[in-house]
Amino acid sequence: MATRLVFIFLSAILINNFVLSRFLGICPFLGVSKKTDTAVGMSIAVTFVMIMASIITWLLNIALDALGIPFLRTIVFILIIATLVQFVEIFLKKASPSLYDALGIFLPLITTNCAILGLALLNVQQNYTLLETIVNAAGAGLGFALALILFSTIRERMELSGVPEPFKGTAIALITAGLLSMAFMGFQGLVKL
Amino acid sequence: MAESKFKVLTNGIFKQNPIFIQVLGMCPTLATTTSAENGLGMGLATTAVLAMSNITISLVRNFIPDKIRIPSYIVIIASFVTMIDMLMHGFIYDLWKTLGLFIPLIVVNCIILGRAEAFASKNGVFRSFLDGLGMGLGFTASLVLLGSVREFLGNGSIFNYHLSDVKMFAMILPPGAFIALGMLAAFFNYLGIKRSKPKKAAK
Repeated sequence: MATRLVFIFLSAILINNFVLSRFLGICPFLGVSKKTDTAVGMSIAVTFVMIMASIITWLLNIALDALGIPFLRTIVFILIIATLVQFVEIFLKKASPSLYDALGIFLPLITTNCAILGLALLNVQQNYTLLETIVNAAGAGLGFALALILFSTIRERMELSGVPEPFKGTAIALITAGLLSMAFMGFQGLVKL
Repeated sequence: MAESKFKVLTNGIFKQNPIFIQVLGMCPTLATTTSAENGLGMGLATTAVLAMSNITISLVRNFIPDKIRIPSYIVIIASFVTMIDMLMHGFIYDLWKTLGLFIPLIVVNCIILGRAEAFASKNGVFRSFLDGLGMGLGFTASLVLLGSVREFLGNGSIFNYHLSDVKMFAMILPPGAFIALGMLAAFFNYLGIKRSKPKKAAK
């Protein structure tokens, strides 16, 4: 049991890294990775929402199955995530204004981050138990954070180097991400579920 | 508003191509383009959702209060995505299985919500339909292009049509997606720079 949880956790961070091998959450990955500070803020917000959303959608999925309407899953999940993000925003504004200011625009943007909905749907597909769901969400969040922060540090360095004109902007960022993804491929086969 | 209907349609295909110009909807672009066929399937599914959601949102745009418009749009989009998901499950099961998670994830494709907000909520039904169709086709064309490049390099074929025996397997794996798209983006940038240079010289 415990080893299975460790496997799920490691697999979510390293082997099936959400950004670099599952291609979930590429938009924020490319969008907010220009500075390390914002990357850290975004990572914290995403990890938090991931864990909350996973727990709530897991519970709701039982209700959907019991009512015999699993085809409404996508609609229900996305509404839950949107509401949750709104709720987190209001809560943070009151409880910790400094963190709220630091996250700024990134909070509302989390709704359209496909990593969150993707994670919720994956948890259901894999038939995870509640505990496994939470562990998987934590791993996915940390994996997202790891990829985003690594990538942002590389991009900060890249500002200083001379990139050929046509490669400036998105093109060089994508190729860098490709190399990073190749490095993560090295983890393949580290654990087998 | 003076834009002709034809311009609205072609806008999404070339001038505002969602992938290469606006850089939207990267997740399905990278994930589903392991072959030209998968890219085409994903592109057409997205186009269908985009055209239908644009029509619907344009129809109801005057009834939805400003404050709750985003959640309303998401519900409309999610309904169409669910329909497409079930249709694909019923009629093209193999493709549905390959695309897997990325069909429900059309909901969070930034292109769709972006067009709803930027175009359909301000324009008439027919123009919104054309805009959705054009953006969708631009998206599909980019996906097919990227899919063909990756399939050719990685598997030596395009649309399962055997062309060469040189196979760089890495191009089908995740890193290949990033690198191929990066190279294509650089290529289009290069064309853009080349085209704008003579104009500057003429000035």
